[in-house]
Amino acid sequence: MTAQPSDPLASDPVDGEPVAAGDSVSADAIAAPRVRSLGRIRAEHVRDYAIVVFAAALFIYFSVASSVFLTSNNLLNLVYQNATTGIAACAVTLTIIAGNFDLSLGAIFVLSEVLGAYVAVHWGVWWCFPVTIGAGAIMGLINGLLVTKLHVNAFLATLATALSFGGIAVGVTSGGLLITPASSVFTFIGQHRAAGIQDPVIIFVVVAIVLQLVLAYTVFGRHLYGVGDNRNAAVLSGLKVDRIVITTFVITGAACGLAGLIDASTTGSGSSDTSGLGGSLALLAIAGVALGGSSIFGGIGSVWRTVLGVLILGMLTNGFDLLAVADYWQNIVRGILIILAVSISFIVDRR
Amino acid sequence: MSSAAAAHVRLVEIGKRYSGTKALDNVSVLVAGGTVHGLVGANGAGKSTLGKIIGGVIRPDDGQLFVDDRPVRYTSPREARLDGIATISQELSPMPHMTVIENVYFGIEPRRSGFVQWRQMRKQYEDLVAQWGFELDGNAKVGSLRTADVQKAEILRAVASDARVIVMDEPTSSLTSVETEKLHRMIAALRERGKTIVYVSHFLDEVLDLADTVTVLRSGRLVRTAPVTEETEESLVAGMFGAAAAAENFEKPKHVTAPVVLDVSGLRRKGVLRDISLQIRAGEIVGLAGLIGSGRSELARSIAGADPIDGGTIAVNGTVRRIRTPADAIAAGIAFLPESRKDDGLFLDLSIAANTTFADVGSVASRFGVLRLAQERGETSALLKLLSVEPPVPSAKLASLSGGNQQKVMFARWLFRNPRVLILDEPTRGVDVAARAAIHRLINNLAAEGAAVLMISSEIEEVLGLAHRVLVMRRGSVTREFGADPPLDTVMEAAFGLGGGTIA
Repeated sequence: MTAQPSDPLASDPVDGEPVAAGDSVSADAIAAPRVRSLGRIRAEHVRDYAIVVFAAALFIYFSVASSVFLTSNNLLNLVYQNATTGIAACAVTLTIIAGNFDLSLGAIFVLSEVLGAYVAVHWGVWWCFPVTIGAGAIMGLINGLLVTKLHVNAFLATLATALSFGGIAVGVTSGGLLITPASSVFTFIGQHRAAGIQDPVIIFVVVAIVLQLVLAYTVFGRHLYGVGDNRNAAVLSGLKVDRIVITTFVITGAACGLAGLIDASTTGSGSSDTSGLGGSLALLAIAGVALGGSSIFGGIGSVWRTVLGVLILGMLTNGFDLLAVADYWQNIVRGILIILAVSISFIVDRR
Repeated sequence: MSSAAAAHVRLVEIGKRYSGTKALDNVSVLVAGGTVHGLVGANGAGKSTLGKIIGGVIRPDDGQLFVDDRPVRYTSPREARLDGIATISQELSPMPHMTVIENVYFGIEPRRSGFVQWRQMRKQYEDLVAQWGFELDGNAKVGSLRTADVQKAEILRAVASDARVIVMDEPTSSLTSVETEKLHRMIAALRERGKTIVYVSHFLDEVLDLADTVTVLRSGRLVRTAPVTEETEESLVAGMFGAAAAAENFEKPKHVTAPVVLDVSGLRRKGVLRDISLQIRAGEIVGLAGLIGSGRSELARSIAGADPIDGGTIAVNGTVRRIRTPADAIAAGIAFLPESRKDDGLFLDLSIAANTTFADVGSVASRFGVLRLAQERGETSALLKLLSVEPPVPSAKLASLSGGNQQKVMFARWLFRNPRVLILDEPTRGVDVAARAAIHRLINNLAAEGAAVLMISSEIEEVLGLAHRVLVMRRGSVTREFGADPPLDTVMEAAFGLGGGTIA
């Protein structure tokens, strides 16, 4: 926040919060205002930042409870294991902020991965990069067109395309069989490390930062909040709302394609099997968005919240595994957490 | 019909607030049993709110409702209905995919161990229809019926559930005159059988014809309750609008010779707008008066590209512009402040700054679409100070502002773009007195600086206080035109279709 001399409010005494603190949340500045009260915790703080406190508490708990948790290897692994989900979740945050929904993340992920593996085998390894991301973007475009031009409810449109995309993936692999290209180019993204950090982790971080910056600091990002908060008002303000909505679906599709590329590269194969991440990606990603505190109804949210949500879910898996907590308990806790996260704004606002 | 003695309803010191503004303030009314009680008032006076409180649609913030001297507190229309109070309004629509019979007996189906007794239900329906002398096909889907028949079904539903009090909220606003007459005969029949009717309407002639007692409301306050025999249309209008107080009267230039900025010619839309032409010159404020449903808001929305048109042209500064979307209108220099700022204007979860710059965010961004937030804050706070928005903090969430300040931010959004034409639909609705005065001064200043302003308001004093010319709309046409400062009652009579020279 650089104080401009011409800006009479830059040093406004009313704006009593420390500048640095304001800056660190400026991602949310458009969606949620900084609340001016020095030192006192207010209801808005509980609602907006409880999740940060919770993530920190969880982190500390696991660090104390397990000797393995707080090691760079384990933490890197934690992020690595959630990188593909995280990339999809960060992108679908844009779709959700603009007031829509996407249940086809997993199907786009699977079909992109399969097509990438297919072209890597049949056309040449380098083809897999443009084809996975491009195929994802095209699938996103189809979703976007269905939602805007045919006015199909986003929930149903993406549920339906998820079925079809998944079906095509099975068809391409003739019944869920693996296609395995053997090339170091193909496995580079998934298995290489730079400075000891796995490439997928780096890609996840870059995607998250870029999308966060787009949301908080660009005209497009601003428009997304507006469309999600009040579609009518956005139309009356002269926005081409359809185009904006379609773009969010395309970005989400491309990101799922990228996630598919990473997965194919990691495993050295393209699989249409939906018993793995492909089957659960959409729900995990959306759970991450909701857990982070973005509104499922649009208009409120940010990418850093989604990152936090995804990492909390990842931390639960990682930490509970380290503590040898049974799977079913993990799911019970995840479910309760999501309910708490989603109801907190209602509970806080009602008081 | 097993109707017990007629029920009377007593409202004591009822208050209702919506986001800071008082929709009803300390209103006490006695609705006598077995009578038709009219509720009249201008738009926003609180008559519908009062009707909805009786019907359990809205819960009052203050005061107490008594039915037959028994204090009641309904939390839903359903509870009120179980207590014998039914509401008929276009907002509470029946289930469109179900038949008339299913609707009439919804929730009170004759049943045996959980199964609906269809045959018995049909029999009951036939008896009911015969008893009340209605003609209505019980097997028709409600969604396929005309409004008048939907209302018939609703009335049947009310009497089938033995309602003793029926609240009708603007029942005739979309009925033809023949249908209205039929409805009135039904109401007379209902009264004869001891039903109590609360009749909310802005058609004064209907209320005078039909009601036994009339309550007049103005700006959420009770003006008076009186027997209908003591009222005339003129006395009701006077009560509804008061002595032209509140609004400041601005000085108006007599002969504006500035060039025409907005030139609308032959604008029409089937069933809504009929061949509307008007010109507004630079610096001129044209007021548009008319009742709800007269087409005034539809005209505004059409010029702003928000509603489609079937024909006609819109020219700005002498150039005919093809306006199909709000974006086209904005590009032509037309700014539009919609009637419902909450539904169509505000981004409540976004900051004041984001709201202010929203229609032109590009102007505070670099070529690559990266926002210059410091510049945005600076330009926003300058506008906030100009408009005396309180608090003038660009980063505050819009939802934290009062209604008046939110409306000022809506003005700020358009001022940010320097529009040539301002179309203002109810610019001071739900705004407190101070903000109202500030907005009036602002509109006057904007015109003085050369904007062409088209202003719609249900509050006639506001139109008269500001407008250099006043157009009156009725049933989709502009029916009268007045110069500056016409007599209030003449304009009102024109809006209600009374007086000479109007084309009804």
